[in-house]
Amino acid sequence: MLHSKTFNKKTRGGRIQKLVREVYLRDDIYCGALFCKSCEDKSKARLTATASTILVLDTNVVLNQIDLLENPAIEDVVLLSVVLQEVKNKNSSVYGRIRNLIDSPARRFVVFSNEFHRHTYVQTMAGESPNDRNDRAIRVAARWYQSHLGEAVKVLLITNDRENNRKATEEGVSAETIESYVKSLGQPALLDLLVQPASEDVIMEEVEDMRPSKRKVVYPEHKPMSEITSGLTKGIYHQGKLRVNRYNPFEAYVGSESIGDEIIIYGRGNMNRAFDGDVVAVKLLPQDQWNEEKSLSIVDEEDEEEDVHLVPGSADDAPRTSIPAPSSTSDTNPASSRPSGCVVGIIKRNWHSYCGSLEPMPMPAGRGGLVYALFVSKDRRIPKIRIQTRQLENLLDKRIIVAVDSWDRQSRHPSGHYVRSIGEIGDRDTETELVLIENDIDARPFSAQVLACLPPLPWSVSSTDLNKSKRVDLRHLCVFSVDPPGCTDIDDALHCAMLPTGNFEVGVHIADVTNFVHPGTPLDDEASKRGTSVYLVERRIDMLPKPLTEDICSLRADVERLAFSVIWEMTPEAEIISTKYTKSIIKSSAALSYVEAQARMDDSRLVDPLTKDLRNMNALAKIMRQRRIQRGALTLASAEVKFQIDTETHDPLDIGMYQIREANQMVEEFMLAANVSVAEKILKEFPECSLLRRHPTPTKEMLGPLLRTAAAVGLNLDVTSSKALADSLDRAVGDDPYFNKLIRIMATRCMTQAVYFCSGELSPPEFLHYGLAAPLYTHFTSPIRRYADVIVHRLLAASIGIYKLPTIFQDRPQLTSIADNLNYRHRNAQMASRGSVELHTLIYFRNRPTDTEARIVKMRSNGFIVFVPKFGIEGPVYLTMRGDKGGGEWFVDEQQQNIRKMDGSVSYSILQAVKIHLEVSEPKPNRPKLQLTLL
Amino acid sequence: MEFVNPEGLRLDGRRPLEMRQLRAQIGAVAKADGSAVFEMGNTKVIAAVYGPREVQNRSQQINDQALVRCEYSMANFSTGDRRRKPKGDRRSTEISLVIRQTMEACILTHLMPRSQIDIYVQVLQADGGTRSACINAATLALADAGIPMRDLVTSCSAGFLNTTPLLDLNYVEDSAGGPDVTVGILPKLDKVTLLQMDAKLPIDTFENVMQLAVEGCKAIANYIREVLLENTKQLEYRRGL
Repeated sequence: MLHSKTFNKKTRGGRIQKLVREVYLRDDIYCGALFCKSCEDKSKARLTATASTILVLDTNVVLNQIDLLENPAIEDVVLLSVVLQEVKNKNSSVYGRIRNLIDSPARRFVVFSNEFHRHTYVQTMAGESPNDRNDRAIRVAARWYQSHLGEAVKVLLITNDRENNRKATEEGVSAETIESYVKSLGQPALLDLLVQPASEDVIMEEVEDMRPSKRKVVYPEHKPMSEITSGLTKGIYHQGKLRVNRYNPFEAYVGSESIGDEIIIYGRGNMNRAFDGDVVAVKLLPQDQWNEEKSLSIVDEEDEEEDVHLVPGSADDAPRTSIPAPSSTSDTNPASSRPSGCVVGIIKRNWHSYCGSLEPMPMPAGRGGLVYALFVSKDRRIPKIRIQTRQLENLLDKRIIVAVDSWDRQSRHPSGHYVRSIGEIGDRDTETELVLIENDIDARPFSAQVLACLPPLPWSVSSTDLNKSKRVDLRHLCVFSVDPPGCTDIDDALHCAMLPTGNFEVGVHIADVTNFVHPGTPLDDEASKRGTSVYLVERRIDMLPKPLTEDICSLRADVERLAFSVIWEMTPEAEIISTKYTKSIIKSSAALSYVEAQARMDDSRLVDPLTKDLRNMNALAKIMRQRRIQRGALTLASAEVKFQIDTETHDPLDIGMYQIREANQMVEEFMLAANVSVAEKILKEFPECSLLRRHPTPTKEMLGPLLRTAAAVGLNLDVTSSKALADSLDRAVGDDPYFNKLIRIMATRCMTQAVYFCSGELSPPEFLHYGLAAPLYTHFTSPIRRYADVIVHRLLAASIGIYKLPTIFQDRPQLTSIADNLNYRHRNAQMASRGSVELHTLIYFRNRPTDTEARIVKMRSNGFIVFVPKFGIEGPVYLTMRGDKGGGEWFVDEQQQNIRKMDGSVSYSILQAVKIHLEVSEPKPNRPKLQLTLL
Repeated sequence: MEFVNPEGLRLDGRRPLEMRQLRAQIGAVAKADGSAVFEMGNTKVIAAVYGPREVQNRSQQINDQALVRCEYSMANFSTGDRRRKPKGDRRSTEISLVIRQTMEACILTHLMPRSQIDIYVQVLQADGGTRSACINAATLALADAGIPMRDLVTSCSAGFLNTTPLLDLNYVEDSAGGPDVTVGILPKLDKVTLLQMDAKLPIDTFENVMQLAVEGCKAIANYIREVLLENTKQLEYRRGL
């Protein structure tokens, strides 16, 4: 069975070295055809006898046409190991996608390890380049397939390489280009998926013939890579990741380490075909060109406009506002503005597929002809993409996904190709799916391997769980949970007992998820990939499969459940005397909602033990909260809204601000305390590999907008520390009852988000959680819906010595990459929730034009941005007609933050209350948007 | 790096549980009392045994058993880059010691008191698993020299890469930095005489990996036995029996 052959290979590791590797050529590699009579092993065979052709793909086809290959019309494909190896070296994301196709049982893709097969191994000939050798290997394999399978089927080599195609035909292998093969299938829709060959190819001539007007060069040339590298080392160029402003796609930032600041890039010309997320090389512009800011205008060059959106939750979501251009009085200080630059080259592209819709256009005369259409991504940071389609009439009203292929200097827009359509624009399911795709959220059902990791159902606490010395029996305690109404994934419960000494024993019991999710299992991998559960308005996308989320782990009332408990002994003054961490078994006596818990506490007639415990806890929580605020924790406000959803149609019935009760604050307080206690414990045991959560102190610059607004209304905020800010926020009480909350909401959005990190990566002072004013913080209390908590559970279990620390914790880079993924997923989940709420707001207002009160939060040259507290949304109100820019009729005073009519008759100032009218309008067909007008 | 591809093939085309090709030749050094060349794939080792003979350094003489000495070295040409291989470096001293201890455990030293047995092993070509190959070559050479032994000692290594136990690591797999378990056994007696690993591995995985290495040792033992039988037949034939 073993045939040994050696071959020589020269590599360069500084100097030339001769390497000798063995290659064992085998005869137990099978062709993967179900109808093949000579191959015994059919376990991996997929190719069916019904197919008349079997496709052997060349590397360039896999690399370029992956979207086409993912279409189910392409079946019975043989992927040679030499092709896979080349694809893997050139583009790992395409490799991942092709591997998914191979693994998918629904598709008929097989791998043939031609490099280890006795008859298809080819040795490099003298003077042959590796590329030629690989091409020859592909041809040899294709020929072997044809002779192995006989005349019953046709083996077709698909290659877009002309030379390869020619040689194949010469050698008697039938070969075709991908275009001609797809045409022969007779499905015109498939042709849209084809990637047009890059412009330097032959087809360029045709393009020039067709569209001579577009031949002029729009963008400056990208510098060759060698020049970029030398420029980077000399310090002329700066490398960094391009981040496009979410709210103004003509402004981008490149965080550069070499100059330690962000470089601003204005306009598409300076961005020079770079996309958001690309790694680029930037050249700084001369300093006198640094002040090209136009960010004060709402409407920009291409008539794109700001939409009504949810109020940002933090600075990460908020529109980036640059430092205001120095007003005419302080013109002498141009150096204060930030450096701006232009992109000279792209080091690494971040192209992927984007969702959105086609720009409405008149239907061309002939049906089914090839037309060019412009695609507008839902993500405003992405420029319009030109695609070719033959099915325009089908796609116009659809949400579609489009991938970018190239962007040459001659074209204003990048060109791409259609990938697939999601559904009708405006349809709730389509738009929800869009929200999920945009935020890279995997909403697929769990795979069979993942579900196989679940314990058998129905599950109940068994004697083995009880007998373990690792677990304490706490079933005698009066444990209860308090959650939002209708909550099915209950991951925390509490208890409070009076001790004979007069002290209290307070316990926080968290669902013991790690008892069921073991490291290294498919279940754990999946959870770690998902990172968090996603809460949309009408559905929830779980991190763990439903049986775990809603039953086995959920600490429901009157059933025995496994828990991980933090138990404190506290004085009546809420001083913690001792802390104990243990795995336990509990039996919750009540699953209360916030409203129920509040009602019990308020109802003085009730004196049952549960209510007494609630009152004791509430008293303790109040003291703890007070103490936390004294330490400088910020009480920030959010403009969260809550929908009431029709159970039948799933349409929103009502919107209201989320109400916060004392009971919410009580639970929150104990969860915070548990998180802090756990953070201290795990950091003490594992100073190098703990997963913590930190909230960076906002910089002065980030707080700028808040300070300017406050100054305009005559309020002096002290932002030197979180304590000072908290105090001055407390003092900010105007005659208007809503004023304080408004200021707090504005403060919230100046902060960045808290992030997870690995404790070995940073120094202890950086561990600070600014918002909570806690030197250490982590997430422990929601393992059912957050993977970070699962990791912390494992750390805590190891730190109290009942389980071994999984090996992954010894690998710091991997731990850091997990933390990064968690941050990414966490943020995407939030964006998805916001997207879902925005979508439902739109649906809600579709048939309900409303008049309501709003507050002015930001000035623009032709209007202002208002915040609607009742619905938690924010949007522009125009004072002038669209199109006439500023008009000169209105005058904005930056210092006073107000906008006046030139004749002085009308003036609006910041935070002023105005009456507005909310209505859904459709300026373009099928593009509904919420419009705000002043009453 | 991917050491086992999703099709279940290793970088050199073997499957995880497959060994490299074995080759052995007895009697490569005419002057020695016993000698052998042993190959595992591209790893090639020559071993020569002298003795039992008079103890050269009287102070080292042991009165109730034979003195076993072992010297391991690597030929200058054994790896691709021409580096001078110092003789007395830490690595070769350690391997010499390991081989000596392993062989001592199977030689019936008490039958040859006040004598000395010298085992010289040299790596002619290195491609991972030199330690195992040296032990296997030494066993063959000892058998060729007719030195009384309890059993044949055979050795094989196994590793754990990409969450798969791999038998008989080659140089690329060996230098991946994963765990590398070298096991030496007395196959008939079913006893372990050598067990080395300088990495951390969970105990349950370790047991699997070690079991795999033991299977490898047994396969090598079968092969060595065949080679010895073949060699004996040749000797018989030459003596005209």
